[in-house]
Amino acid sequence: MAEPFIAEGLTYSVAGRAVLRDVSLSLVQGELVALIGPNGAGKSTLLRLLTGYLKPDAGRCLLGGKRLESWRTQTLSRQRAVMRQQTQLGFDWPVEAVVGMGRSPWTPRPEPQIVREVMHITGCQPLAGRQYAALSGGEQQRVQLARALAQLWSDGMPRGWLFLDEPTSALDLYHQQHLLRLLKALTAQGNLHVCVVLHDLNLAALWADRIVLLHEGKIVSQGAPQTVLQADDLARWYGAQVHVGQHPLNATPQVFLAP
Amino acid sequence: MSRRIHCSLWGLAVLLSLMTLLASGFGALRLPVSLLWNNSDEVLRQIWFTIRLPRVLLALVIGGSLALAGCVMQGLFRNPLADPGLLGISSGAACAVALWVVLPITLPALLMLYAPMLAAFLGALAATVVIFLLSQQRDSSLSRLLLVGIAINALCGAAVGVLSWVSNDAQLRQLSLWGMGSLGQAQWSTLFAVASLMIPTVLIIWRLAAALNLLQLGEEEAHYLGVDVRIVQRILLLCSALLVAAAVAVSGVIGFIGLVVPHLMRMWLGSDHRAVIPGSVLAGAFLLLTADTAARTLVAPAEMPVGLLTSILGAPWFLWLIFRRGGQHG
Repeated sequence: MAEPFIAEGLTYSVAGRAVLRDVSLSLVQGELVALIGPNGAGKSTLLRLLTGYLKPDAGRCLLGGKRLESWRTQTLSRQRAVMRQQTQLGFDWPVEAVVGMGRSPWTPRPEPQIVREVMHITGCQPLAGRQYAALSGGEQQRVQLARALAQLWSDGMPRGWLFLDEPTSALDLYHQQHLLRLLKALTAQGNLHVCVVLHDLNLAALWADRIVLLHEGKIVSQGAPQTVLQADDLARWYGAQVHVGQHPLNATPQVFLAP
Repeated sequence: MSRRIHCSLWGLAVLLSLMTLLASGFGALRLPVSLLWNNSDEVLRQIWFTIRLPRVLLALVIGGSLALAGCVMQGLFRNPLADPGLLGISSGAACAVALWVVLPITLPALLMLYAPMLAAFLGALAATVVIFLLSQQRDSSLSRLLLVGIAINALCGAAVGVLSWVSNDAQLRQLSLWGMGSLGQAQWSTLFAVASLMIPTVLIIWRLAAALNLLQLGEEEAHYLGVDVRIVQRILLLCSALLVAAAVAVSGVIGFIGLVVPHLMRMWLGSDHRAVIPGSVLAGAFLLLTADTAARTLVAPAEMPVGLLTSILGAPWFLWLIFRRGGQHG
């Protein structure tokens, strides 16, 4: 699988209102791409089009040179996993069973060693044996990350395309850092390719290789964090008064709200 | 699946076999099990074979069907209170069967056997589709679903009332006996008709157990995991409507088996449908067989409609479920 993931001219509207207008984007292997933008910019919709859950009104998504619709759902599910912001389960399930569900594209019986390994790298081990429904929102997000990585697991590591919709929304500081470091490390090995919707621009600045800024259904800016995170642009697209400074350790841009 | 679950399921199967042997002996007439290998009394043997045995087996098949239909509905709606009776699916089927009884239509003999089931299936399917479309809407809280169930139940109840009103004496008697829910009409022919529908349906549902598990994550997540969500949902809805329809056509509305049994199985075996589905079939069969045996023997030589008995036991259970869940449903 050496091909990029290409979206061309995606257009999508709901009830006559255009949510996305002519969006083209290509995702390269081994890259961590952050989708940012104000509320209602169409980030989640774009993610759902890229993952094949929604069909675009116009335009197409290509994976491996083949349109997303012509992939068999099962084959696709071995190469592309999605973690959504919040996932509620019907009935009571132990955490291991939820993580094991990620193995369903591969085997009817989740391999215990893969489940254990994934739970280990995502920091879910302390949650083992507990019921998913009884976990806090942040703990549930960690379990869902483990499930998504389990879905892509083959030959000892996750391989393929991982899409995440605001995976840090309920996480505390430690786990935000843990999650993004993990994603960064995995993409740096070149086998996992990540596209993540983030609200926190500073997280995006610290860990994303490329930032894509959406505004009212269009890509208005994309590139390295230094290029996209300019005070004037942010003020223009977000309508917020901001100051952009530098991170004291590695000089990545950091966004501060003006008081 | 773990060892514990395997042992539990096998234990249940053994218990069910014992209960079947036992129940075939009980009734208005005591028929000892020794009849099976003792050739002495041909008349008793005949009674056992043509009356008692089909009835016992029918109880198994219908109990299993109802419990499984409830189990599938609960899985599809991701809600432990979904039940074919409460959602109006049974009464949709009942209404269609009543229509069939009253309308003067004659068909070839084999078709006549299946015709009430076909009518029940169409009725059940209509109610199922209404409920399911509603559950796809944005506000698909359980209270709304149950309200629609109440509306469907009321509507079908009224329709059955109108049909009874216009029916003649023979039809009226048939309708009212059947409406209370009873296995009294058991014959080998009805048993084969129901079983020929139920067995393939159960196998199909069993094959989709893993997909039903993934659907518990939500439709979108299940899609990402490679499940053809729309197809799986449709097949499961059709199957559960078929199970309810076959049961209602033969035995009238027998309530609460579909609510109580899967719930107990989830408490006992966990949420994995690969365990809950066979568990529900076995336990549903066991429960209805026990209830029917009680209905046959408690007031012997008369017998009470088993549907009344399951409702008397099931309705308090439903209340308890609602109280226990407190404010967190929906």
